[in-house]
Amino acid sequence: MNNKMKLVFSSKSENESFARNVISCFVLSLNPSLAELSEIKTAVSEAVTNAIVHAYNHDIGEIVMEAEIIDRTLHINIFDSGKGIENIDKALQPFYTTNAEEERSGMGFTIMQSFMDKVVVESNVGLGTKVYMTKLLKQDA
Amino acid sequence: MEIKYKNSNLSLTIYVYGELDECSASNAKNILDKLLFDNLTAKKVIFDLSGLSFMDSTGIGLLIGRYKKLKQFNIPSYITGASVATEKVIELAGLYNIMPKF
Repeated sequence: MNNKMKLVFSSKSENESFARNVISCFVLSLNPSLAELSEIKTAVSEAVTNAIVHAYNHDIGEIVMEAEIIDRTLHINIFDSGKGIENIDKALQPFYTTNAEEERSGMGFTIMQSFMDKVVVESNVGLGTKVYMTKLLKQDA
Repeated sequence: MEIKYKNSNLSLTIYVYGELDECSASNAKNILDKLLFDNLTAKKVIFDLSGLSFMDSTGIGLLIGRYKKLKQFNIPSYITGASVATEKVIELAGLYNIMPKF
């Protein structure tokens, strides 16, 4: 069964749980395991947190979340129009953070990469960042 | 997000309930820091996460921050009760290396 959705929301931290709940509802038709569901929710939370904290630096901008189901493959794209990432290789390193004084762990992208099967990051300084994530869900039991 | 605590035998147990993410972290940080500051006579601090329904890397940052504060006062901190989902995030960050499982 194929399906797709698109959601646009303000970069307010209250919307993190909103985005997590939307993606949970969207994938429910695939009857994911609890582990898969929590991995997907956590990966979305990390990408949205990055947009709020880093891309927009707590200012208000727009975040776009697109999701598509093709058979049992879930694609999630999260876009922002914030400041962009200067060095993606560095940003992807575990524990790397540009914001240590705010007690950031630097684990966001590492969690996305561990919990999803594929993560691709594209960014243009001054224009924004696009995170493309893919997860193949196990066969419905 | 809600925080409760129990203080017995110089051991402070902190119970965290609900969701710990970017939205709830700053409130949680204020509550926790006041609680820790009021209990600096504790010999150890245990964070009981069994009431936590969600935590992402923002929660890791928060816990590492509290670990560092407690370390300044030579108070060891521990984690207990993490769900399978929370435990995955904790293990990825290697948090048990500094805040052992209690």
